[in-house]
Amino acid sequence: MRNTMLIARREFAAYFATPVAVVFIVIFLVLQGVLTFNLGGFFDRNQADLLPFFNFLPWVFLLLIPALTMRLWAEERRLGTIELLLTLPIREGEAVLGKFLAAWGFCALALALTFPFVITVNLLGNPDNGMIVAGYAGALLLSGSFLAIGAAVSALTRSQVIAFVLGVAACFVFAASAYPVVTDFLAQGTPVLATIARRISLVERFQSFTRGVIGLRDVIFYVSFIGFWLYLNTVIVEQRKAD
Amino acid sequence: MTALIEIEGLTKRFSGFTAVDGLSFTVARGEVLGFLGPNGAGKSTTMRMLAGFVTPTAGTARICGHNVQDDPIAARRALGFLPEGAPTYPDMTTAAFLAFIAGIRGYRGAEARARIERAVEATQLGGVREQRIETLSKGFKRRVGLAQALLHDPPVLVLDEPTDGLDPNQKHEMRALIARMAPEKAIIISTHILEEVDAVCTRAIIIAAGRIVADATPEALEALHPSGRLEDVFRRITMAEIHITTESVP
Repeated sequence: MRNTMLIARREFAAYFATPVAVVFIVIFLVLQGVLTFNLGGFFDRNQADLLPFFNFLPWVFLLLIPALTMRLWAEERRLGTIELLLTLPIREGEAVLGKFLAAWGFCALALALTFPFVITVNLLGNPDNGMIVAGYAGALLLSGSFLAIGAAVSALTRSQVIAFVLGVAACFVFAASAYPVVTDFLAQGTPVLATIARRISLVERFQSFTRGVIGLRDVIFYVSFIGFWLYLNTVIVEQRKAD
Repeated sequence: MTALIEIEGLTKRFSGFTAVDGLSFTVARGEVLGFLGPNGAGKSTTMRMLAGFVTPTAGTARICGHNVQDDPIAARRALGFLPEGAPTYPDMTTAAFLAFIAGIRGYRGAEARARIERAVEATQLGGVREQRIETLSKGFKRRVGLAQALLHDPPVLVLDEPTDGLDPNQKHEMRALIARMAPEKAIIISTHILEEVDAVCTRAIIIAAGRIVADATPEALEALHPSGRLEDVFRRITMAEIHITTESVP
């Protein structure tokens, strides 16, 4: 655990060593602001809640989270530091978890910086703050799921661009799978696939969080989903570390 | 003499070719082994297998009795490894990087500081402590990589081209440092600089196409060629096959 935290701390600091952190946070906040207030009709709806904010969040995450994870392993490969890291007395799993926690911590920070939305909605009306808390909890789990996918994909390549594109593509599959376009298409051929597609959807489960429902099954789903991708990440690193 | 490094039948096949072909040798405490060979002979692959980074196709490697595949953590604790090109995290400062390594090596507080201090002193990094590694010259970067390998004062050192990119003074310092550490450690260094073998190594192994073609003291190797120069011996041994083919052409 100590090694995991040391690696997490190093990775977290690495975000701030370059303009990546500032660019990410600024773009994230601006994008969320524009989408919520302009496209989402935050004021016109005349309702004191953060639904417009949460509705756009998965799609903003889809675009931005692979940008956070693309460097995690691809850069280690390109710089050759993977040879240094994986010949230190640590387990591959500790490195995988440490890197994931750093990225997750960073996401949590970016989410925390959206507090002005919460303040705004509280100034304008009397929102159900329990619902907002549930939404944020869901957002954390959703970001963790995207991060776990992105980190595993990053371990496949030494190119950050490829890691980013593959990351967006893989995240998109799990984000879009519950949409009628996808499920209807699947249902035409094999109805079972449509059911599976809805079950593995990250966004549909997130929507129940934003309505204030924290379901135990949804939490278990997200946690196992993250666990699965971290395990896959470890296997990829173990099997292909020197490639 | 106890063998701290034991390599037995170590083999690595990549698709289509064999990079390392059944290497066996041991290195005892007090020995400095010069690992020589043309580019692509399998030096780095052998060192990577020894460090547990590349998985061997066959054979075993042991560090202080710990199999690097079955007991990697114990083997790596006893090993200081400088990978090829001395990779380090460019966005960290020298001090932050060494503090990270010290943490991973299990040192805290005063002991971590003392260890970092000793490694910084040994590799003369005092002046660049707070500088980001990416802003350092090649020689300094190499020394940061070396400081990382020395930090825990390991019984076994595996250094892949430790003097590459250093100026003559720094090379001299590096050799003096290796010579100072030699009595208590088993050290393998790979190098292209043959004078280095004379200067610091107690033994030299020349490999070509993944096999050992010579294993002797530098003096014994030099005696193999009338000129008495290691360079001529190296050329004769590693280019033997080419000589034969050119001579057989009418």
